[in-house]
Amino acid sequence: MTTQTSLAQTVDPRPLTRSKLVGDRVCVFYGAKQALFDVHLEIEENRVTSLIGPSGCGKSTFLRALNRMNDTIENCRVTGEIRLDGEDIYDRNIDVVELRARVGMVFQKPNPFPKSIYENVAYGPKIHGLARSKADLDEIVTSSIRRAGLWEEVKDRLQEPGTGLSGGQQQRLCIARAIATKPEVLLMDEPCSALDPIATAIIEELIDELRENFTIVIVTHSMQQAARVSQKTAFFHLGKLIEEGATGDIFTNPVNKQTQDYITGRIG
Amino acid sequence: MTDQLMSQYATAETRSIHTTSDARGRLKRRYRSEANFKALGVAALATAILFLVVLLSSIVWKGIPAFVYNFASLPLDVAGVDRTDLAKANYDGIVKAAIRAQFPELTSRGDTRLVASLMSSGAPTVLRDQVQDDPAGLDRAGAYSLPISDFADLYLKGQISSSTTSTIAATATVRVDGDKVTLTFPAGALATVLAADAVPANAATPPRQLLATDLSLLVYVGDVVVKADGLTTTTVSGAAILGDATKLPASVNAVRLRSLVVPEASRKFSDKEIVWTDALVERGYVRTGFNWIFATKGASREAEMAGILGAVIGSALTLIVTLALAFPVGVAAAIYLEEFAPRNRWTTFIEVNINNLAAVPSIVFGLLGLAVFLNFFGFERSAPYVGGFVLALMTLPTIIIASRVALRSVPPSIREGALGIGASRLQAVFHHVLPLAMPGILTGAIIGMARALGETAPLLMIGMVAFVVDLPNGFASAATVLPVQIYMWADFPEPAFEQRTSAGILVLLVFLVAMNLTAIILRRRFERRW
Repeated sequence: MTTQTSLAQTVDPRPLTRSKLVGDRVCVFYGAKQALFDVHLEIEENRVTSLIGPSGCGKSTFLRALNRMNDTIENCRVTGEIRLDGEDIYDRNIDVVELRARVGMVFQKPNPFPKSIYENVAYGPKIHGLARSKADLDEIVTSSIRRAGLWEEVKDRLQEPGTGLSGGQQQRLCIARAIATKPEVLLMDEPCSALDPIATAIIEELIDELRENFTIVIVTHSMQQAARVSQKTAFFHLGKLIEEGATGDIFTNPVNKQTQDYITGRIG
Repeated sequence: MTDQLMSQYATAETRSIHTTSDARGRLKRRYRSEANFKALGVAALATAILFLVVLLSSIVWKGIPAFVYNFASLPLDVAGVDRTDLAKANYDGIVKAAIRAQFPELTSRGDTRLVASLMSSGAPTVLRDQVQDDPAGLDRAGAYSLPISDFADLYLKGQISSSTTSTIAATATVRVDGDKVTLTFPAGALATVLAADAVPANAATPPRQLLATDLSLLVYVGDVVVKADGLTTTTVSGAAILGDATKLPASVNAVRLRSLVVPEASRKFSDKEIVWTDALVERGYVRTGFNWIFATKGASREAEMAGILGAVIGSALTLIVTLALAFPVGVAAAIYLEEFAPRNRWTTFIEVNINNLAAVPSIVFGLLGLAVFLNFFGFERSAPYVGGFVLALMTLPTIIIASRVALRSVPPSIREGALGIGASRLQAVFHHVLPLAMPGILTGAIIGMARALGETAPLLMIGMVAFVVDLPNGFASAATVLPVQIYMWADFPEPAFEQRTSAGILVLLVFLVAMNLTAIILRRRFERRW
């Protein structure tokens, strides 16, 4: 469990897949302040894409633009296009609720609902009507918790409060909650920043497994983490996408000077 | 000096700027101001608690007696009652006859009227109701217990006058001269007793006249009670007000002298009434029991027939309407403003005005109710539902403000978590945010409701300040509310209403505590720490 799979150095055996999400000339404004400048980024299916960069560089803003969580922020405006399977998610015809069911999100701070563990995971399937019966729902909840690697720890206390778990368990519960709605894309906003190294290792392994079924975009401050879990890395700085490419290339052979400075620890 | 010594030996490393005498002095001042602040806080708290205790205990002290009452179960002459038509009988006559029968020796018109007034003027009504409820009781002696008058009740509760009774050991000689009875005691026998009562007696003839403004002196000789009006150091004389004085023996033992501190002129319950009431108690007709009249009747001009239930029902009906309107509307408005409405000039304007409305004097809401509900819509006057509307308008801003604060205090991560898995905004609010905000919302609601419960001014304008005898039987029937009832009772001159005022305040407090308790229990249920 503690041995880390060093994915950065190994070449992904699978051929390049098609782009699941494409950001095209994405600009984001908070009121008059522009936070993202003409970002163009393709996110490939069944891959882990990590967004790195110093604080305030716009990586979280970009992530939140991918499932329109920015809508909840007053004065936030997005221009350009973000296409999910070729459809612009900022189009008038797109239902934001449906979009978020397809593009799930895990947040920086574990935020389980103040309800039981079972209720936490069952909530998504319930509101989306994914389960036809109680047995169906039980099955979804069980398999989601299993896939989040939490089953052994919580199987005897599903009716206990989700907020009573440890930080790492809570974060895995949030992942179970996110995957229970069967999204296509999973957005993770610094999912390990509040966790200790052991919990982090567990979640990183989990991300690697989840890649089989989901397209994952992860924002991280830890370059080691980006190197370990992702196949593609994008470096943001001051609201601009500076460089993107295969994780191995970015970390071993960055083209841009800024990227090089950042990954070697000279800025950020 | 110590510091100088210290500084001589202190090296550069040990001398920190935090250990100089100046710094120590500053530290001491900081602790002192902290201690002062704590002492002030404790003092303020203690003062508040003291006032609260004084207030509550005085209310409880005055109010508790109103919850018990003295009822008389006199033998009744029911021969004249038509068993087929119980409602038509002359209950007034029956009650009067029953009380007069207890004192057959009273013949003067004044006395018979006075003795009849020992029973409450509501007693015939009570008797009629009881007979109709339980006709079989007509054949059973003492089956019906009727309220005595409010003054007789106050007297029995010891609130008319305190009295002291002392027995005189010496033998007295009795002389009856027409109405006048004179008791002559051996020299010195009266001295100790009279000294204790501080009644100056004349040494010899003519006796000192005891006026209505002096304390009352009653002499108990066997079955006879004499009210003293002349007093010397050795004789007491006066007219018998109970029993037949002519049947007294020439010399009597164990004469009891009772003095009532409050002069007859200063009270509304004469010596005669006191003696008769005592006689009724001695004969075992009077029973102290729970004051069911107070608990089950509406307003009345007679203190003993006045009850709180009408006002309690009126308050309950009004508050039900208030809660049913203000709570859902207030919470919905708060949810809309907090979770859905865009931040713009209009919502800011609305927000400022809601805050202003919370500070508007309640009488203004009464005027609004009068102008809109009564004059424009033509709703009934004095109706609980109109009162509920007005109080709901008054309570709304409080509930909205409290609910918004409660909603705002729910961490945004909960909303994001729900939205992030595809809940709609409404679902996020109703499934996750609202349950977490509920304790705060309930606190706000209960504060608003408590204010509504104690409000009189807005109800004044819509006619709920009314003398309503019948119990309200619906949202549209005329009603009054607890604080109004208390205010009206406080305005009545009869001393028995003073007790009822305090008792009404107690009921209001109990009502309030019950409401708060409900809110606390509900909060506990929502607050389940998951």
